[in-house]
Amino acid sequence: MRTDTTGRVVALHLAVIAVLVALLWILPDYHRGVMARVLVLSVFAMGYNLTFGYAGLLSLGHAMFFAAGLYGAGLAAYYPGWSVLPSFAFGIACGGVLALVVGFLALRTTGVAFMIVTMMFSQVFYLTTLYYTTWTRGEEGLVLGTDLRTVSLGAATLELWEPTTRYLVAVGLFSVVFLATMAIARAPFGRILIAIRENEERMRMLGYDVHRAKLKAMVLSGLFCAAAGAAYALLFGYVGSSFASIQYSILPLLWVLLGGAATTLGPLFGTVFMFYVVDVTSGYTSAWLLVVGVALILLVLFFPKGVFGTIRERWLKWLP
Amino acid sequence: MAAVSPLLVTRDLTRRFGGLTAVDHVDFELPAGEIRAIIGPNGAGKTTFVSLVCGRIQPSSGQILFDGADITGLPAHERVKRGIAYTFQITSIFPNLTVFDNVALSVQRRLIDKGGRMTARDLEAGVAEALARVHLTDRVDMTAGKLAYGHQRLLEVAMGLALKPRLLILDEPTQGLSDAEIDSFIALVREIAREATVLLIEHNMPVVMALADRITVMSNGAPLAEGTPAEIRANAEVQQAYLGSTADV
Amino acid sequence: MSFGPHLLLATLEGLVTSAVLALMALGLSLVFGVMRVVNVAHGEFFMLGAVLAWFFSTLVTGHPAIGFLLALVLSPLVVGAVALVSERLVLRRLNYDPEATIVATIGLLYIIQQLALTFYGPEARPVQAPFSIRIALPWFGYSGYKLFVIAASAAMMLATWFVLTRTRAGLVMRATQYDRETAQNFGIPVDRVYAGVFALGAMLAAVAAVLVVPISQAHYLMGLDPLLLSFIVVIIGGLGSLRGTVLAAVLIGVSDGVISVFFSPTLAKMIATLVVAMVLVFRPQGLFGTAPR
Repeated sequence: MRTDTTGRVVALHLAVIAVLVALLWILPDYHRGVMARVLVLSVFAMGYNLTFGYAGLLSLGHAMFFAAGLYGAGLAAYYPGWSVLPSFAFGIACGGVLALVVGFLALRTTGVAFMIVTMMFSQVFYLTTLYYTTWTRGEEGLVLGTDLRTVSLGAATLELWEPTTRYLVAVGLFSVVFLATMAIARAPFGRILIAIRENEERMRMLGYDVHRAKLKAMVLSGLFCAAAGAAYALLFGYVGSSFASIQYSILPLLWVLLGGAATTLGPLFGTVFMFYVVDVTSGYTSAWLLVVGVALILLVLFFPKGVFGTIRERWLKWLP
Repeated sequence: MAAVSPLLVTRDLTRRFGGLTAVDHVDFELPAGEIRAIIGPNGAGKTTFVSLVCGRIQPSSGQILFDGADITGLPAHERVKRGIAYTFQITSIFPNLTVFDNVALSVQRRLIDKGGRMTARDLEAGVAEALARVHLTDRVDMTAGKLAYGHQRLLEVAMGLALKPRLLILDEPTQGLSDAEIDSFIALVREIAREATVLLIEHNMPVVMALADRITVMSNGAPLAEGTPAEIRANAEVQQAYLGSTADV
Repeated sequence: MSFGPHLLLATLEGLVTSAVLALMALGLSLVFGVMRVVNVAHGEFFMLGAVLAWFFSTLVTGHPAIGFLLALVLSPLVVGAVALVSERLVLRRLNYDPEATIVATIGLLYIIQQLALTFYGPEARPVQAPFSIRIALPWFGYSGYKLFVIAASAAMMLATWFVLTRTRAGLVMRATQYDRETAQNFGIPVDRVYAGVFALGAMLAAVAAVLVVPISQAHYLMGLDPLLLSFIVVIIGGLGSLRGTVLAAVLIGVSDGVISVFFSPTLAKMIATLVVAMVLVFRPQGLFGTAPR
């Protein structure tokens, strides 16, 4: 009989979440603020990991899905003055629809062409945010006031700008996506995605509609990334077009590569690590671009499986 | 005339690559339950022909009927769902996944198509059954790429079997196998043939003679002769075109 | 100014853009065609060429043409050397794996950008044109230098065409592009061809940059837009098709120029990018090229 690893996998993931909650009392204020941001961005990375890591689709356009959530939620809150929950839902829906349309078109191509097509669609999105500057205020961006970021649930009110609440909401969103990724990775669907990455032609001859499976992965990935974007707008109150720039398509690639593609823990690790590397080095030099560039090259040259990919290969084969 | 219509029929099936006609107006019939071998010299169009049948490549013209229905325009994955399974000439497995996962991909395909909830137990049972038939049960947790070559071929067959196909296409399955492995392979195909129709491309003549109910000889993209192993052995034209003077079969 | 002359002006401006774009896209196309490497850092080689052009032109005093010529010779050489080093140290070690090289050239992009920011600074700096003749047209005066850019680019394209089709080096490159393994079996040093092609591609971008700095200034972020436009040109033109590259560069450059004059440049870029993405989705072999093998 095969050993069942479900118990320890679930325990490990719950332990990670418990540690993140505990950090609320351990971390000083500054780092709690940083970690709230990092957790939201690692949700973005987890979304990217689903397509890049598991399904093997190298996209350079995921900034558009993050930005779709950011603008969907941000604009809905700013202009018609929607409350937090509808804005958040609208942001996620925007990302899902965009991923469906972009995925349907871009997945007709593979490999390098897929990368270029996704990059171009994302660039169109970025230019669109600049073109409608009267609405978006372009790079300068919109600032959502604290009144727009207060949830009233019956008698209770949740003030999303307040550091403790913000941190806990970030942990909450992270946990949902984190556990969802774990479930997907271990489900038949996760096996299908990995197998498509490994041998697409064989999958077709096993009777799988490869295009459809990839499209599903794209939409899920778009939903995760948009959830991160929408949460970013509502937690930190800033909506700017720099989040749609190509920079933000490359960063999740870097985070996922560093932590380990197709691992559930990799995106979190990669995001935390890179954020702090940039944070620490910026004390000595402003050359954070150099840090990112050197990190990318060293990773592909010497460490292509990333931290958790290597751990899984060497020691813990059961890591999802 | 036979009362039942054949499982697989091709009419006027043609495929050109540039100026080369790899499959040339082929009319072909395969009754259900038969083991059919396709033989012929290299470049006769055997692999192209079965690739047309399973949908890996599209025909230039002609028609393919499976179980009476026209499947000419269907994508490969739809044909697999209807019961056509193909095992690759060059071993095509998922080398970085475990043996379990390789076969599980076939089993879950079948379970999904059947509808309803797929349980982990159903999945494990399906995998265990397929692996038992090719005697790979003890290697279930190995990484597929680390299997010996002969075992990789068997894994490939297990992936086809786990789909529970109605038509199993085997493209040179014994290539690179040892004599002992070939013997157990012949037994395996006989067993498979109790439930499925088998279309076999094979160079190894003893295997063909041992297994095939009927043989189709292809040459230059078209069938040259068709008949029982004994008829083919006696056919002078085939001797000439394919077997040459060294007719040691 | 009435509509006709306005259109002529827009077309001329577009042709200048096309001229620069064609050179840059040719470099990108060569590298992809021969090595199957998508060089995301190509725009930064362009930027580096421009920044170095400014640097070299400030080394000498006297007539602006002296500084310009110095830059035209030295800047591509330095950029070529940088490309050669990165090819040897990084791309070759990755065995030219398509996806790994994309990630690596993204890394290269950031490194070059940061070095330019650190040593050159965030300012935009101009280089003086080698001559300042204005051609008097009936409706407006036009910069003679801009016309020179068009001519120079055309000359460079012709020279490249000659090298590719009429010389041994070109034959070796085409053979390697066609079939790497066979080329190797025929004794072609594929390894060195790759290094040379990568350097050559970067040098073409640098030449384009030196030509452009007297018109638009050198700035450390100037690489991204031309990179995207070159991708567009290479895709529309079809890979490995010199004729296609030129035609596509003219098409993109002129329509960019015309739309930019009459509409907003952002809208122009949006439309162009979207159209090209669609071309790549529905006609991956480009509009002028033939399907890849």
